[in-house]
Amino acid sequence: MAEIPAPAQGPKGRNNGMTVAVCLAFVAGMVGMSYAAVPLYRMFCEFTGYNGTTQRVEQVSDVVLDRDITVSFDPNVAAGLPWEFKAVQREVTMKIGETVQVDFTIHNDTDKPTVGQARFNVTPMQAAAYFNKVQCFCFERTELKPGESREMPVVFYIDPEIVKHVETDSIGTITLSYTFYPQDDKPVAQNAVKAEGQKQL
Amino acid sequence: MAGPSAHDHHAPAAHGSDDHHAHVPGFFARWFFSTNHKDIGTLYLIFAIIAGIIGGVLSIAMRMELQEPGIQIFHGLASMVYGFQGDAAIDGGKHMYNVFTTAHALIMIFFMVMPALIGGFANWMIPIMIGAPDMAFPRMNNISFWLIVPAFLLLLLSMFVEGPAGAYGTGGGWTIYPPLSTTGQPGPAMDLAILSLHVAGASSILGAINFITTILNMRAPGMTLHKMPLFAWAVLITAFLLLLSLPVLAGGITMLLTDRNFGTTFFAPEGGGDPVLFQHLFWFFGHPEVYILILPGFGIISHIVSTFSRKPVFGYLGMAYAMVAIGAVGFIVWAHHMYTVGLSLEAQRYFVFATMVIAVPTGVKIFSWIATMWGGSLTFRTPMVWAVGFIFLFTVGGVTGVQLANAGLDRSLHDTYYVVAHFHYVLSLGAVFAIFAAWYYWFPKMFGYMYAEWIGKLHFWVMFIGVNMVFFPQHFLGLAGMPRRYIDYPDAFAGWNYVSSIGSYISGVGVLIFLFGVFEAFARKRVAADNPWGEGATTLEWQLSSPPPYHQWEQLPKIK
Repeated sequence: MAEIPAPAQGPKGRNNGMTVAVCLAFVAGMVGMSYAAVPLYRMFCEFTGYNGTTQRVEQVSDVVLDRDITVSFDPNVAAGLPWEFKAVQREVTMKIGETVQVDFTIHNDTDKPTVGQARFNVTPMQAAAYFNKVQCFCFERTELKPGESREMPVVFYIDPEIVKHVETDSIGTITLSYTFYPQDDKPVAQNAVKAEGQKQL
Repeated sequence: MAGPSAHDHHAPAAHGSDDHHAHVPGFFARWFFSTNHKDIGTLYLIFAIIAGIIGGVLSIAMRMELQEPGIQIFHGLASMVYGFQGDAAIDGGKHMYNVFTTAHALIMIFFMVMPALIGGFANWMIPIMIGAPDMAFPRMNNISFWLIVPAFLLLLLSMFVEGPAGAYGTGGGWTIYPPLSTTGQPGPAMDLAILSLHVAGASSILGAINFITTILNMRAPGMTLHKMPLFAWAVLITAFLLLLSLPVLAGGITMLLTDRNFGTTFFAPEGGGDPVLFQHLFWFFGHPEVYILILPGFGIISHIVSTFSRKPVFGYLGMAYAMVAIGAVGFIVWAHHMYTVGLSLEAQRYFVFATMVIAVPTGVKIFSWIATMWGGSLTFRTPMVWAVGFIFLFTVGGVTGVQLANAGLDRSLHDTYYVVAHFHYVLSLGAVFAIFAAWYYWFPKMFGYMYAEWIGKLHFWVMFIGVNMVFFPQHFLGLAGMPRRYIDYPDAFAGWNYVSSIGSYISGVGVLIFLFGVFEAFARKRVAADNPWGEGATTLEWQLSSPPPYHQWEQLPKIK
């Protein structure tokens, strides 16, 4: 920096070092922002139901509309998890606001105990804000003993508010998709944080 | 634009070169340890030409493949390069095609257009145009260049190591969306490509800091920001865009890297991540990036149009602030690349509106160029022909851009050849035509020799016909529903694909004419005048000798 002919640059005393410091602060700030985007995006999705993140509630709805809506199920197992995962019913048709229980069956095909965690998604994504789960196996990790089969319930209702918005009023079918991911070598801490975050909601 | 006054005495050019001839270092020190902005600019231009030829060869290979339905050449290429046999050669060839599209895009963006416009022409001309002796940080300038070379080598290397199981290279497109770039391609090729982008990004950020400091602090006495040449404005804005957008890319691809190698789950749903988040991060960088590619071209075209119309550019301040507006709005439109990921209607409405707003300052620029020519004393020398070609082609790409800004229309055109045609009209034709315009405009100044006018014109017409033949039919293919990024297509698309491929061969011939023109100019050594363009060329570089002395502006020019 010594070779910079700063004095020749006029009387204002423009400071190259200062300019660089401000530039570097911009760079550091933007890197920080890109990482800050991760928790902010997650909070935003959980709060608004954006991008198919469903809502978790404790109580059922006391309003039931006289209008049908269909919810279809799409169970999947990710590569690396030797499980069979099926929905007992392919879809249910119910009243908007009515609380429904549906069952999924899960079977560990191997002779080893395995752990999985379900992740879910709702399409159309705009419906996710109105998709309220009272009870779901996806709230916790699932451990299956060798050869074990299990029935797993999901209790949910569709928030009657869904008909009040022009974007979601015309939705006739909502697809609820689950994917079980293997959890053997995934750090537990992150899931704990995730579960806590959901409880707060 | 404010015309800078003539130099107090015209001697320093001749005087300076005498004085400094002895100070020019030897070959190795001059070109490898270079801290001289003109030498580094030349190195960048050479680098960009080499990278452009490699990227161009990749694209011609793709067009050869797409000339007819079915798989013609890539299974052969795969068995030649990677030694695959039989059916493995077909599969390897399919992946190789994806590797080619990915590498073509990354090379053209990061290793051709950016080095040419920013590292090359801006490095060469910005200090001269603002009356500065060199860049603010000459050694950092050297580091910038010598980072881009290994970055390029890393990317080339990635094409020869394992990507997906049993195949070579990274084939996820330049957007490197997860999960294809994480679990989809576990091999080291993607890691090398990510590292390449990191290094290239670091190089660009250092360059951006250098330009910002130079332009803000080292302008000649009397040159206020509002008297600064438009190319300096363009580069200043570009540098700020780089400074604000590249760190977001760096953050995003670092997350990709840790997702791939260290068990984090930023973009992996099994750990609570979301692949769509990467798209947000990527396009928060990616959209400003396309303005980074075109804004320096805007500045260059303004100078050329003004020079060959013998008029100051129409609406100087409007031109400068139009670029500021384009740069600023460019940061808040990113999700128009993502209309199909399931954005809410409100979000889509916002992004449609914000995207269309950009057409306003862009329109200001197009109309101001036309108004500059209007009533001017026009001469159609080679740089002007390229500049007019730029205006025409960029406008075509701009119009299809406004169409694609509509979320409803984009539903059907997303990821079709219509999009390919759009961004090649603004970049491959727009930015590249600006680069060639700048090349012919500044060639006599930079190297002291005159190019042959007929070669420049021939280059233009062959290139103009070639690229339009490549990309105009792709509008029809896209409207008919042909998706991008596939090695094969249904027979119904054969006709226009054939035309498009023939066009790419013609463009390839155009590049050969360009190279011949460079060779011819250096072989014939027609000495160029200090100002070969006449009274229309008013910026400071035309007051120096051709080529300029090794160190210029020992006595700072005074701007009235």
